[in-house]
Parts: sequence; structure tokens; C-alpha cells
Amino acid sequence: MRFWNSYTWPWNLSRTGILGINKRNHAYISRYNPRRLYPLVDDKLKTKQLALAEGVAVPGLIGTIREQHGVNQIEAMVKNWQGFCIKPARGSGGRGIILILRHQNGLYYKPGDKTETTQDMKRHISNILAGLYSLGGKPDTVVVENIINFDPVFDGYSFEGVPDTRVIIFKGFPVMAMMRLSTTTSKGKANLHQGAVGVGLCLRTGRALRAVQFNQPVRLHPDTGRDLYALQVPHWDTLLTMAASCYEMSGLGYIGTDMVLDRQRGPLLLELNARPGLSIQIANGRGLLPNLKAIERLSERRMTVAQRVDFSKQHFGVFEQ
Amino acid sequence: MIARKSFYLLVALLYCAGLGMTVYHNRVLGVPFTPGEKRQIWSIEAKVEFTATGKPVLVSMATAGTQKGFTLLNKTAASPGYGLSLVERDGIERAEWSTRSATGRQRLYYRIDMMADPAAISAVPTLPPPIIKETAKEPYATAIVQILERARERSADAYTLTREIIKELDNQAQNSELLTRNMHRAGLIAQLLNDADVPARVVSALWLEDGRRRQELIKYLQVFSGYKYKLFDPQTGMQGHPADLLLWEYNSAPLLDVTGGRNSRVTFSIIEQEQPVAMVLKKKYAQSKWLNVSIHGLPLEEQALFKGLLLIPIGVVMLVFLRVIIGIKTSGTFMPVLIAMAFIQTQLITGLVGFVLIVGSGLVIRSYLSRLNLLLVARISAVIIMVIMMIGIFSALAFKLGLTDGMKITFFPMIILAWTIERMSILWEEEGPHEVLKQGGGSLLAAVIAYLAMDNELIRHLTFNFLGLQLILMATVLLLGNYTGYKLTELKRFKTLVDEVNADTDGH
Repeated sequence: MRFWNSYTWPWNLSRTGILGINKRNHAYISRYNPRRLYPLVDDKLKTKQLALAEGVAVPGLIGTIREQHGVNQIEAMVKNWQGFCIKPARGSGGRGIILILRHQNGLYYKPGDKTETTQDMKRHISNILAGLYSLGGKPDTVVVENIINFDPVFDGYSFEGVPDTRVIIFKGFPVMAMMRLSTTTSKGKANLHQGAVGVGLCLRTGRALRAVQFNQPVRLHPDTGRDLYALQVPHWDTLLTMAASCYEMSGLGYIGTDMVLDRQRGPLLLELNARPGLSIQIANGRGLLPNLKAIERLSERRMTVAQRVDFSKQHFGVFEQ
Repeated sequence: MIARKSFYLLVALLYCAGLGMTVYHNRVLGVPFTPGEKRQIWSIEAKVEFTATGKPVLVSMATAGTQKGFTLLNKTAASPGYGLSLVERDGIERAEWSTRSATGRQRLYYRIDMMADPAAISAVPTLPPPIIKETAKEPYATAIVQILERARERSADAYTLTREIIKELDNQAQNSELLTRNMHRAGLIAQLLNDADVPARVVSALWLEDGRRRQELIKYLQVFSGYKYKLFDPQTGMQGHPADLLLWEYNSAPLLDVTGGRNSRVTFSIIEQEQPVAMVLKKKYAQSKWLNVSIHGLPLEEQALFKGLLLIPIGVVMLVFLRVIIGIKTSGTFMPVLIAMAFIQTQLITGLVGFVLIVGSGLVIRSYLSRLNLLLVARISAVIIMVIMMIGIFSALAFKLGLTDGMKITFFPMIILAWTIERMSILWEEEGPHEVLKQGGGSLLAAVIAYLAMDNELIRHLTFNFLGLQLILMATVLLLGNYTGYKLTELKRFKTLVDEVNADTDGH
């Protein structure tokens, strides 16, 4: 196979309505996302506080650690919690996140029955504080959150990690959605380029449209063998409404909202992303541009969150039920 | 939309200004587009000889300056015992020698270097001389009238009149013999033209031919029509300015004026040389007054520095192209350009080996540092110290092994190397060695491409001599910054998706 056979022509991309990086940065991110609002979404702690103030459900906060001398508080902090999750406030791409399911006698159990000692955890926390996972290596804050008991409908759809749902919100309208499922290859991470499975979702029903791993279509989950095309996200309308309301909350015109479904509490907002990736197009098997342009063509008349969600469901949905 | 319009207007302006400056440098100032070009330099030595009479001596000689077809580069004089000054009057320069007393045969030398330069023009405009009519006595008056009448009948303007006069002088042999009895032929023709109300003068010119010695000046006719003039050979009537004819005296002034001496004469020796254009340009820039408001007027050391700086935009444009159009991933935005600058000092192979060695061993040591749980600033500082030590060790090793090229790795920018190691190391921990190879390889590839673009004699010549190119590069970067099309890598990334969608629509 000649090397150019793995390339296609640019007009094929534009006919399919694929959004490229240059256009995303130029025509959407820099036009609709005011720079001064970035700190709100780049810092998970700030996003969380903002969401709480706006009444958007988020995973419960156990505590934060801001200084190196606070590292020793971690034991006391999590004593009364069975499972918890340690995150860098300014990490990106899921880096530096540790999930602890339970702990006993100074041993902390991660998914897959791997354990960490208190010492390991403290080192990890000082790494986060030193800025190992933050953009530009700036000193960071550690966020300790309550663990999410994800909805049993997702059993068998994800390996070790939490299956999260990403919805791209453009000017308050949901324009595309996908579910990211971690695999052994992605080492429990939800990033598509690391080998996680992306499942495109119908905006009207929350049903799976198609699934891909490493840009290639897949039918079954590579680890559990579950039929990915049978996946349907429950509480879909609540989830869409919550995602769409992030527009008013953040003031950003073009964002990716990452959400998880908790067994008891329903959809929770994990984080917002001001520079959402483009792989969602591959997972959905369609380009973002037609939907984005449809929104741009709308008149400037203000619409409520519910109206916007209805518009998106009506125009961008694929399945009837 | 207004913003778009002014953007494209700005880009168009930059392009126009840049292109205009470039064309101006090439066409008007004669800077060639290729560095290898050589220019013809004529070294002309005038030897003034006379017998001094023991009185104070003052010698004044006409000199040639920059004129149509030739740029004056150098002038030197050798005249032991004489004071020399170059006296300028109304923009016309003459060489003047003087001494209190001298006896016997005297020899004074004056030498100029003239560059054959099609773009050259005289600094002082050549003005037509005033018309001086002389009332000639018989039988000359009749002869003049006869010649002029015939010539005038057959001519239309000043130039054709000149040709016809020369022709008539040949035809009317008796008349011309009579007239040239106490006047040389060129002077006679000029006089005839003046009588016919045409401004004209006799100029002294020199045929340039390599290796000729003891050459004399020959007379040419300069005939004006308005402010334009044409040259005529008074013997043959040939019209035009041959490329190897240098005008020596062209201001209606005497060629040589000697007080305190007699039997004076001037002879010329001519040597032809070829010089690389760069050297010639340097001399040319050194003279021109307003060209000096440029980097060419700086001291040589600063010029050399600028020569390097002016290359950076080329590397930067390459990098923007590689990132925006191709989509190569590099670690650190402009790190590849800095590495490419180092490659220029070290040469490519030495540079590549040195870079891989330093970053490779840096990664090994850095992986140990990461276990020490250091704060970021301290960690990078440690990496910088480590890089410096490594460069020292590698240089010493290379020297011991007799590889003098190895010494050159000191040219690498240490801080940049330290940051590269730091970034690569974090990348390794988070994404694995595969991503390190991908980004490291991408950076090196970009550096090599930028190096190849910058370390090129032609590019070096163009960027240094044509400052207008900087504006063109600027406009190009602005345009690239406005590119919203797909990157080459995206054509691969989305290929499967596009193929599938197309197969679906074709199938239904």
C-alpha cells in the first residue's frame, strides 16, 4: 500500500462537514470563547464551585489540599469515606487522577485490586501540588472527591475507569454527544487517542450510533465483549438539559461538557473543556460543521435551556425512539 | 467583515511593499538575486607626466566618477613629494597635486576601480553646455556654410544633423581639410553643431580593454537634444555608448591643467578583474549615502549578527507551515527553530548526534530526578546544570578522541535543551515512549527542515541583501495565521470516517 493511500482529499472532508483543528481554533474557540473565562474551566475546583452556585449537580467534594504541608491531612480527610478520587485541579486529559474504591489498614485499593500505601498516595499528592500534571507546570491544588457509583446500566461497558458522556455545547445548543469507555489499552483512561472506545450518541434518544477505537469502527467492547451498539444512556433529557445550562454558567460559546451518571444522584458534571477535541466526529461518524452552521444561522433571539435542547433533539437527532 | 477587509488590505500592502523593495534593490541598485554572480571591475591607472621647471607646481586633472554603466568603487593616488586633494566643484571632482618646487621629469599616478554596473547612473545630472557661436573668417565661413546647408537639408533633428555633418565632412574633402587645419575634427563638429543651435561638447573617453598600457584618451562627441544626449564617434559617425567606453572628462573642463611644468601628458593602463558580487556590493553600500541608513552601514561584527537574525524569519515561516498546514507535532513552539540555529553552527550530522546524545542521556538522569519529588523550578535548574555538565563531558571526550567537531555542541541553547528534556520526560511518564518518539522526532524533523531552509547560501544572500523579503515573510505568516483549512495529518486521521460515510451514501 502506497503511503498516500492512507490520505484522503480535503474536499472529501469538507463535503462530510468535518471540522478541522485550524477552523475549530479560528472560527469557534477564539470567536466564541472569551479568554478571560478560561480560568473558570481550566480549574476543576472553580468549575465545581460555579456549578454548585448555579445548582448544577457535581460529585461531592471531600476536601482540598493547597500546600505541601497539608499532605499529611489526607488520612484524616478520607477516614470516614469508603471510596474517593484524587484529582489535580488543573490537570488535563485525565492525567493524575487516582480512583480509590475502598481502604483498610493503611492500604488503598484501586480498581483491579491494585493497592497503594499511604506513602504512595502522599507522593502522588505532592507531585500534583508541584504542578506535574498542570498546564505549563504551574503549582496546582489537589481535589479530593466522593467516588461516583456509576449507573449499573453501564456494567460491562467500561474497564476500570468511569464511563463519561461528553456533549459539545455550541451557544447553548447540544450539537454532538459521545460516550467514552476506558479499556485495558487505554489503562483505564477515557482518552480516545490512548485507546479508549468512543461511542457516538443520538442526540434525541441517547442511543449508540456507532463505536470506534483508534479511529476504526468496533462492534463489541474489546475487554468485556458487550455489544456497544445496544448502549443507551438513561436520564438522557436531564443530562442534555444540564449540559446545555453550562452555557449560561460558564459564558463560553463552544465547550465540551463531561458528565457521569451516578446511581443515586443521576447526571453529575465532571468538568468543562474550552478546547474540546475533534475525535467526537469519528465516534459519531459525521462532521460537526453542519450542526454548528445550523446554530449560527439561527436568529439572535434568546431561547431557554429547554427550548434549545428541544431544537437540538428535533434537528440533530437520528433515531425516532 | 470590515476587520477581514483591513486584514487582506494589510497583507496586500505588505506584499506590495516587500516586492517593491525587492525589485528596487535588484533593478535600481543592481543587487543580483544569486550570490555566485561576479562583477567586472576595471582598474584604471592614469599616469600624469610633465617636466617641472623648478617653480611651485599645481596639477589639476579631470577624474571619472560614477556614470552611466559604471560605478566608482575606489580611488587611490601615488605621488611622492606632492600634496593631493580631491577638489569638488559643482559636483565635479578633480584631482589636484601641488608641491613647493620640483625639477625634472615628474610622474603622478591616480588609480580608480570602476565596476561595470548596468544600473549605475551619474550622481550629478549631465546638463547641456551653453551654445557658443563663433564668427569665422573667410574662407572658413563659406566652407562651414556649405557643410551645414547640405547637412541641414537631409536631417530631422540634432542626432541626424550630427550624422549628416560627419558624412558631409567626409564628402567635402576640400572643405574639411581646410577646416581641420587648425582645429581637431571633434572640436570642429561641435562648433558646427553649435552654429546650428544644437548644444554639443567634446568629451574624453577611454576604451577599456584588459592589459592595455599607455593608452590615450580619445575624443567623443556628446550631442544634446533637450536634456537627453547621445554619444557620437567623430571619425565614423557611429552613434551610441559602447559598454566598454568609459568617459573620463565630460564637463567641458580641461583634462589636464599644469602650472609650473611643460610637456605634460596623461596615459592610462587598464586591468580587468572579476570580483564576487558580495564584495563589490559592500564597497558600493559603503559609499552610497542614503543606502547607509540600513544594516549595511553597521560595523562588520553587527552585520554578521544581523545576517544570522535575518535568517530566523525563514525558519519561523517554515515552522508555521509545518504546524498549520502539515500538522507536525513539536515539543515547544519555536524550539525547532532554535535547534536549527544551533545546527547552522555545528553542521547537521554533528548537531543531530549531539542533540540525540544530550537529550537521550538527559532523559535517563531526569528519570532519577523525578523520583526525588523536587519542585518544578528546582528540577529544571537541576536539569540545566546537568545539561551543562554533559556538554562539558561530551566535548572533552570528543576532543580526546580527536573529533574536533564534537566541541561544537557547546553551541546548543542550554535552557532550551533543559526544557526539552523536561517536557519529553513528562511526556514519557504520561503517554509513554511512543509519544516521546513521535514528538521528539517531529521536533527534530522540523528543525532539520528549518535548518535546510536557513543554511543555504542563496537564502542567506537574499535575506541579507533584500530587506523587502522580511515584509513578504511577515505577510505570509499573517496569511498562514488565517488558514482555516484542514491539516495534512487530518486528511489521514479522518480518512476512515470519510470513506465510510461516502460508502453509506453511495450504497443507499
